[in-house]
Amino acid sequence: MKTPAHSPDAAAVARRHGNDRAALIPALQELSAKGGLTGPVLAEVAQALGVPEAEVYGTATFYAFLGAGKKARCVVRLCGTLSCELAGKKAVAAALERALGIKFGQTDKKGDFALEWTSCLGMCDKGPALLANGELYQSLTPKKVPAVIAACRRALAAGRKK
Amino acid sequence: MKTANEYTFTNLKAGAGLDAALKAGRTGVISELREAGLRGRGGAGFPTATKWNLAAAASGEDKYVVCNADEGEPGTFKDREILTLRPDLVFEGMTVAAYACGASRGVLYLRGEYAFMRPALEAELEKRRSSGLLGADIKGVKGFDFDIRIMLGSGAYVCGEETALLESIEGRRGEPRNRPPFPVSSGLDGAPTVVNNVETLVLACAALANGAAWFKGMGTEKSPGPKLFSVSGDVKRPGVYEFPFGVTIKEVLKAAGGEGARAAIVGGASGYCAPAPEFGRRICYEDIPTGGSFLALGPERSIPAAAENLLEFFAEESCGQCVPCRLGCAALLKGLRSGAPLAELVALGESMQVSAKCGLGQSAPNVFLSMARHFRKEFDRRKN
Repeated sequence: MKTPAHSPDAAAVARRHGNDRAALIPALQELSAKGGLTGPVLAEVAQALGVPEAEVYGTATFYAFLGAGKKARCVVRLCGTLSCELAGKKAVAAALERALGIKFGQTDKKGDFALEWTSCLGMCDKGPALLANGELYQSLTPKKVPAVIAACRRALAAGRKK
Repeated sequence: MKTANEYTFTNLKAGAGLDAALKAGRTGVISELREAGLRGRGGAGFPTATKWNLAAAASGEDKYVVCNADEGEPGTFKDREILTLRPDLVFEGMTVAAYACGASRGVLYLRGEYAFMRPALEAELEKRRSSGLLGADIKGVKGFDFDIRIMLGSGAYVCGEETALLESIEGRRGEPRNRPPFPVSSGLDGAPTVVNNVETLVLACAALANGAAWFKGMGTEKSPGPKLFSVSGDVKRPGVYEFPFGVTIKEVLKAAGGEGARAAIVGGASGYCAPAPEFGRRICYEDIPTGGSFLALGPERSIPAAAENLLEFFAEESCGQCVPCRLGCAALLKGLRSGAPLAELVALGESMQVSAKCGLGQSAPNVFLSMARHFRKEFDRRKN
């Protein structure tokens, strides 16, 4: 089954969260997870909530977990902050790049995976840690990385079947 | 020292704080907390009783209680521990605050990184609603109406600053507001709003349940009570530890197995880097204040490398609203990497401390400045 470029019912999603500005971020969070915040999606949300399009764009791009544009189906965010650095994030980062065949800041050709650095995840006692589509993986080592990516691939496959 | 599962709050009886509050009455709650000397545990240390009293006295029908569960300070994870072990006490603390201030609406702002906790927190809220601990006429008290919703953040450190957090709840970029007006008079949607840290709300319950004298029996004169520390870095047993305020750096290191450390960063990226000769110093408002982050640097660690990591953090997390922070964080990072004269970087950092708009920008150079003071030679060597 082909997935559409963006959720066709962005306006409906937005309205489900409310009819004013306070609904904006929850709506953007949901739509971001459903393919990304492309221009047409942002425009629909702006119209549905009565918020200027520029402000919708400004709000989306302010937050590290949102941002404008298409989004990989699984965004892998490795914590880059000091505790995880001391715990060995660099070796884990290299293992992630090898496993996915992309560098940090890139998305793979299929649009399945993106690799990003993120600020302190609050898992400092169990670092290095990463979030993959909100799912937490902690106490990572380079050896554990292939299993993490395999788990992400299974989650993506399960999502496609739905 | 107390470790996992035996914190002050772990065995606190559910409902004891709220029962004590209802018995004491609205003004009684505030006077008990004033007597206890409870100060905010998020880092700034503002007296909780004063905050609640200002909100109680503010005019406005629809007041808010907001729980700041956006702990983003590097090296901090103690609120995660509370929200995992005793979410009921966090909501109970919010309910007590609502009772004292006359608020009817509550929001828990959960950092986006902790989204995985949300289902458990929603379930806890549902449980409280069905047992009459949220909703209308709470515990049968006529007119005591209060409910709580959860707002999820989306990855922005600055939203831990209370006014940026309110902007975010309102659906905006998380850019700090000018203060005054303070949230207690004009906060969420312009209504009087109390914003408290997770740990503060739980300790309010503990202080009410066990009494001000019990609370004051721990800690120092100006920093009464227990404090949770998130200990990470070069220690054998990282984790959350509870100590009374006034504990020395040495004692924390010993508990966590980090005796060999050459430096400890207390208070996170916006805190203070203490070198080994200062390990006898106390952690409290009289000496080195903290929101709870404690990061040990082992004997082999490079201080400039640690400074660079924390400045990368600030360059990324600056909201960009004011010039000193937006350009300053980036310039400090660039200067550190390119080997700019240390004196110039120190001067830049010091000017950021006095010119940035909010706490983030003002405190962004703190750790770097303390490192530059205590480890000057290491910075001077970095280009060679």
